[in-house]
Amino acid sequence: MNAPMNATMNTRKKLSDLAKTIRSKNAGTDKITFDIIFRERATYEMVKRSGALTRESVCRILNVAPERLTDFVEYDPAFAIKFTILRVRPSGSAGDGDIFGAQQYAPFLDVEVDISA
Amino acid sequence: MSSIRIICPNGHLGFAPLKTESFHLAVETRPDFIAADSGSDDIGPVPLGNDSCASPRAWQEHDLEQMLLAARRLGVPMLIGSAGDTGTNSRVDMYVQIIRDIAARHGLAPFKLGWFYSEVDRDLIRAKIRGGSPVRGLDAREDLSEAELDATSRVVAMAGVHPFVKLLEEGCDVIIGGRSSDSAIFAACALHKGYPQAQSYYLGKVLECASFCAEPYGAKETVMGEITPEAVEVTAMAPWQRCTVASVAGHAMYERSNPFHEFVAGGMLDMTHCAYEQASDRTTRVTGMDFVPAEEFRVKLEGSGKVGERFVGMAGIRDPYTIANVDAVIDWARRQTEERFGPEGWELHYSVFGRNGVMGDMEPLKDQPGHELCVVVQGIAPTREMAEEVCMTGTRQMFYARLPDVKGTAGGVSFVLDEVMQASPAYRWTLNHTMAVSDPLELFPTHTATVG
Repeated sequence: MNAPMNATMNTRKKLSDLAKTIRSKNAGTDKITFDIIFRERATYEMVKRSGALTRESVCRILNVAPERLTDFVEYDPAFAIKFTILRVRPSGSAGDGDIFGAQQYAPFLDVEVDISA
Repeated sequence: MSSIRIICPNGHLGFAPLKTESFHLAVETRPDFIAADSGSDDIGPVPLGNDSCASPRAWQEHDLEQMLLAARRLGVPMLIGSAGDTGTNSRVDMYVQIIRDIAARHGLAPFKLGWFYSEVDRDLIRAKIRGGSPVRGLDAREDLSEAELDATSRVVAMAGVHPFVKLLEEGCDVIIGGRSSDSAIFAACALHKGYPQAQSYYLGKVLECASFCAEPYGAKETVMGEITPEAVEVTAMAPWQRCTVASVAGHAMYERSNPFHEFVAGGMLDMTHCAYEQASDRTTRVTGMDFVPAEEFRVKLEGSGKVGERFVGMAGIRDPYTIANVDAVIDWARRQTEERFGPEGWELHYSVFGRNGVMGDMEPLKDQPGHELCVVVQGIAPTREMAEEVCMTGTRQMFYARLPDVKGTAGGVSFVLDEVMQASPAYRWTLNHTMAVSDPLELFPTHTATVG
């Protein structure tokens, strides 16, 4: 790690360093669903407590109005946080840059999580 | 009642070839059924509207040949859903012919082939709407209007277990399905053998994407599902993969907005109270699933409507001033197209890669474009000739954009090709709806024949 270490930084980690899987994919023709999956329960619970991923933060990160977020689920059996948004237009319409919806997750890699939570 | 076992070698048959090693290992365990789905709405609306495949024929034939030879050698049924990516009638006929050809090529002993169709006549849908039975929108869509139906080129209905069960009851050895719920293909086998609905549909749910329910990640490997009246066990067949509690539970949420509920024609699989345990090194056991029958029998419809003929052009930009003003460049090219063709009757779509080509307005970094951009231009119009000229105008006029302070006055963009390329026509998903039917088999006529 090249960044200078100080007290504040020690309590924050990027989501990409905490999660096993961060992915997005179509859920039918009109939605894209995001899965953030953790290896173990402790990390999953810590991220939930941190408030880094909430209905509000997800909408803010993706710049979407709250009504476009159709589902936000904490899915305990898989240690996963899962949320789903409505597309602007159905998948594969002319102008859609991602027919499979598989490259929409990148902004979540850098989400900062307060690991002291 | 003991158990039965089903193997699935591919989550989308034909889209990429199955891996033969794990498939053959699975076949050697002598499963009771071999099954796979061959379709997905992931591929966008073009194949359905255009009545074409997204997969190369050689890959489809490869998988069908592997599965048919194994199934006939073992003497067990083989089931395929959503033939040829979309499950349209022409794709079912194509798969039926491929099966006949493979059988002839290998001199297979006679077997019974069954198939069913799932295209829906638009007049039938119109009659439902006019008869007061609304065709309901899914995922925040409005109920279907006749205008939207008129704009639709082709519709398929999503079959549940019913046509598969009927053809199994008629003794078919090989079944080729029109558009199908992927989980229903596998559930039909278990229901046909008398297993309860909840376990049967869960078996389908966990098998439908083949090795996507295993870890480490690796697609197109075979998995095996075993069902008893109480539980489903799923095993990875590739020696380097395992079905773990995490991978199997994680798969329940793949490609769906809600990880607890799976809707199929006739009801809903409820996974809320599923319990997962590691039964052995590569096997996970699942119990506690539930099935809630639907009060009204509704079938999902997928429809695709043609927007127009389409050409694609590309342009690169390296000048930082032009990059900062790329929207003005695009506006200029649009205005030139408007001067030539008027304000309506054509479309131009610009994807600006290097800025927000992938994520559009959701891109958090759209104010920080890279040092070079690639602009992909799509021109759409009623005829090929016009689409080509619309796309050419929308692409080439970027070269002549009049930015006030540009230093490079010899040309505003770079070209890899000084031409525009014909692409598939543009379509859009017009139907993502459900329609009530009185008979589960109403939309899915079945046929059988002896092959060989």
